[in-house]
Amino acid sequence: MSLALWQSIPLACVLLPLGSAALTAFLPGRWARRWCLLALALITGLSAVFVLRIWSFGRSYTYPMGHYPAPWGNELRAGPLEAAAGLVFALVMLLSMLGGLGWLDRHIAEEKHALYCALMLLLCASLQAQVYTNDLFTAYVFIEIMTLAAAVLIAVRSSGPALLAATRYMIMNLIASALFLLGVILLYDLTGHLLMEPIHIKVQELAASGAYHLPLTVVVAVMASGLAIKSALFPFHTWVPGAYGTSTPASAAVLSGLVSKGYIFLLLKVFHRVIGLETIAQTGIGDVLLFFGLAGMICGSVAALSQCDLRRMLAWSSVAQIGYIFAGLGLGTEAGLSAAVVHMLAHAACKSLLFISAGGLYTGESGDTDFSRLSGAALSAPLAGAGFTIGALSIIGLPFLGGFTSKLALAQAAAAIGGPGGWAVLICLILSTLLNVLYFFRALLILWKRGETAPGHPPLTHRTASGLAVTALSLLNFAIGVLAVPLLQLVRSGLGLLD
Amino acid sequence: MARVRNDFEGRRWQRFRAWLNEGDTSLDSLLMDAVDGRSSAPQPAPSAPESADPGAVNHLPLSAVQARRARAEKFSRGLYRTLAVLICFGLIGVLLATAAALPPFGNPDNPVHNEVSRRYIEQGMAETGAVNVVAGMILDYRAFDTLGESNVLFTAACAVLILLRLGVSDRVRRWERDLDARLYEPQNDAILQTLARFLTPMALLFGFYIVLNGHLSPGGGFSGGAVMGAGLILYLNAFGYEKTARFMNYRVFQTASCAALTFYAAAKSYSFFTGANHLPSFINAGIPGMLFSAGLIPYLNIAVGLVVCCTMYAFYTLFRKGDM
Repeated sequence: MSLALWQSIPLACVLLPLGSAALTAFLPGRWARRWCLLALALITGLSAVFVLRIWSFGRSYTYPMGHYPAPWGNELRAGPLEAAAGLVFALVMLLSMLGGLGWLDRHIAEEKHALYCALMLLLCASLQAQVYTNDLFTAYVFIEIMTLAAAVLIAVRSSGPALLAATRYMIMNLIASALFLLGVILLYDLTGHLLMEPIHIKVQELAASGAYHLPLTVVVAVMASGLAIKSALFPFHTWVPGAYGTSTPASAAVLSGLVSKGYIFLLLKVFHRVIGLETIAQTGIGDVLLFFGLAGMICGSVAALSQCDLRRMLAWSSVAQIGYIFAGLGLGTEAGLSAAVVHMLAHAACKSLLFISAGGLYTGESGDTDFSRLSGAALSAPLAGAGFTIGALSIIGLPFLGGFTSKLALAQAAAAIGGPGGWAVLICLILSTLLNVLYFFRALLILWKRGETAPGHPPLTHRTASGLAVTALSLLNFAIGVLAVPLLQLVRSGLGLLD
Repeated sequence: MARVRNDFEGRRWQRFRAWLNEGDTSLDSLLMDAVDGRSSAPQPAPSAPESADPGAVNHLPLSAVQARRARAEKFSRGLYRTLAVLICFGLIGVLLATAAALPPFGNPDNPVHNEVSRRYIEQGMAETGAVNVVAGMILDYRAFDTLGESNVLFTAACAVLILLRLGVSDRVRRWERDLDARLYEPQNDAILQTLARFLTPMALLFGFYIVLNGHLSPGGGFSGGAVMGAGLILYLNAFGYEKTARFMNYRVFQTASCAALTFYAAAKSYSFFTGANHLPSFINAGIPGMLFSAGLIPYLNIAVGLVVCCTMYAFYTLFRKGDM
C-alpha cells in the first residue's frame, strides 16, 4: 500500500518540533521566539490540512517509522480522533505561547528565552507523539520528555514558590512515570510486544483463556493510576495549585490546557486500543475512575470557592474539570467516551483562554493576583476581561460555548446509562455546575466592579500578540460551541476507528 | 495556611459578603488541603475589609484558633503518614503477588520468545548490517524510540542550563556571581595533573573507540559518550575551568549537541519517510563487520555519543554553579 503525501503529516508534526528544538535552544532570544511561533504555526496549519484530508478519507491508517513492518519497527497511527486532538493541541499551544509573551519578558531573563522556546517545542513534539504513536514504549519515552519539560516550565520563573511547586510536580510525576513503565514492562512480559495492535490481540487471547488474570488487572491499575496522577485526577491533585498558580501564564496555560490532556488521550488509547474496552469493563477500573472523577468534580469546585488568588482558583477549577473527563471515561460507553474527548478539547481551549487572559488582568508592578487587589481590573483591561468572561462562561457551560457542548454530551451519556452511576453523574454535574457559577461569578463581579480608581496594570510588551491570542482563543471557544454537531460526529467516528 | 484568619463574622450573610469581596479562606476547612497549605508560600494577610463594618467583625481569640489549627494539622499529618505506610505495604504486597504470577524466568515458552525477538536475533545482522544486534535494534528497528531518548537527555540538559547557568545580563541576580564555583577552584595538584595528563587522552580515545565500534562490538553512543564525558570531567578537575574552556565551552557544547540532534532528526526523517513510502533509499547495510557498514548506525552512534558526552559535562559543570 503506498501512502499519499498528506499521510506523512503526523511524521512532520512530531519531527519538525523535535528536530528544531536543539537549533532553537541556541538562537538569540528574539529569533528563538520567532522560530518557535513559526514552527507551532506550521504544525497548526499542517494539522488543519490533515483534519480536512482525513475527514474525507474516512479511515484510519498506520504509518511505519522506517523500513520494517509492524511488530518489528515503530509505528504511528492516525485517524479522525487523533487528527482533531493534534490540531487542537497545536493551535492552543501556539496561542498560549503568543499570549504569554508579555509575561515571559518579565518573568524570565532574555537570555533564557531560547531555552524556554526549545522546551516548548519539545513539549509540542511529545504531545503530538502521544497523540499519534502506536507503540507503548515510544509513548513512555515521550512521557519522560513531557515530564521534564513541564517541570522546567514551572521552575523557570525561579521564584521560591515556583521552585517548590516544580519539585513537587517532579516527585509526583516521576512516581507516575515509574508506574506507567511498570505497566509497560509487565505487559511486555505477558505478551512479548510493544506495539498496540499485537498487544491487543494477545491480551484478548489471555482474557478469553483466563490466564494471567492478576498481572493483567495490575497492568490496568498501574497504567491508569500512573496516567491519572499525571493528569491530576482528584486524590492525586496536590501538585496542581502550586504548579498552575505560580508559573508564568504561558506555562500555566500549556500545562493545564494541554499536558494533562496529552496523558488522558494516552489513557484513552491504552483503554481502547491496548487492553480493549471489554477487558477494562471486567476489571472494574471504570467504576473507580468514575468515583474519583465525581469526587474531583465536587471537591475541586469547593476548593476553588475558598481561594483568594485568581490563579489558584483557576488551578482548582482544573481539578474539577479533569474530574468531568474521568467521569466520562469511567462511564465506559461510547457516548461517555466521546463526551470525555469533547470535554478534553473544550477544556483545553477555555482553560488556556482563562490563564492567558488572567495574565492581562494582573495588577500592580509585580502582577498581583489576590482578589483583594483585582477589584475593577477588567475595566482597565477590557479585552483581557472579555476573554476571561468568555472563558468563565464556557467553563460554566453557557450555550454556544465549548463547555456547553461537552457538558450536554456528558449529561446525555449519563442519562442514557441510567442506574445509580448515571444518576450520580447527573447530580454531580448539576452540583458542580452550580459551584462553577458561584466561584466564577464572584471572580467576574470582583473583576468588573466599578471602583473609585481603576487599578494599574504592569506595563507589558507584546500587547498586540496577547490581544490576538485572547481573541483567537475566544473564537475557538465559540467554534467548539457552535460546531458541536460536526465535532461530536468527528469524535464518534474517530472513536469507532480507534479499535 | 500561613494566612492569619481575620474574619469569623457571626452572621452568614456577612461571611458571604466578606468571601465575595475579599476571598475569605474560612471555607478551606471543607476540604482537607493540609499538604498543599503547608508548603505553599505564605500569602499576604488581606487588608481589613473596607466595606464590612469593623464593629461586626467578631474575632475569636487568636490562641484558640491557632491551637485548633495546630491540632488539625497534627491530625492530618498523622493521617497522611499512616496512610502512606499502609499504601506502600499494600502496593508491595500486590506487586509481589504479581511477580509470582508472571511467566517463570528463562522458560522457553514465555510470551516474550516470539517472532519479534526471533527476527531481531536471526535476521538482525543481515537486515541492519550491525554485528551488535542491540545496536541494530535501538538504532534501526526502533530508531524512533532512541531519537526520543536522546531528546530526553537534551531536555535534561536544557533544564539544567535554564535553572543553574548564571545569567550574564541578569542584573537582579548579580549576587549569584558570588556563588560561581569557578572562584573557588582548587590549586594545582601535581599528582592529579600527572595522572590526568596520562588518563584523559586514554579515556577520550577509549570512549571514541566504543562509539565508533558500537555496531561491531558491545557499546555504542550511550556508553561511549559517558566514557568521553568522564574523561572531560577528569581534565576539568585537574586543570581547572580556564584551561578546559579553551576546547570545551558553551559554544562547543552548543555546536556539538545542536549538530548531533539535528543530524539525527534529519537523517531519521529521511529514513522514516522513505521507509513508510517504500521509496528507494541510498542507505544500505554494507558488509557486516566493516567499520563503515550498517547504514546510518555508526553515524547515529556518533550523534548520540556527542549528545551524551556534552550532557554529562554540562551536568557536572553546572551543578557546581557557574558557566561552562
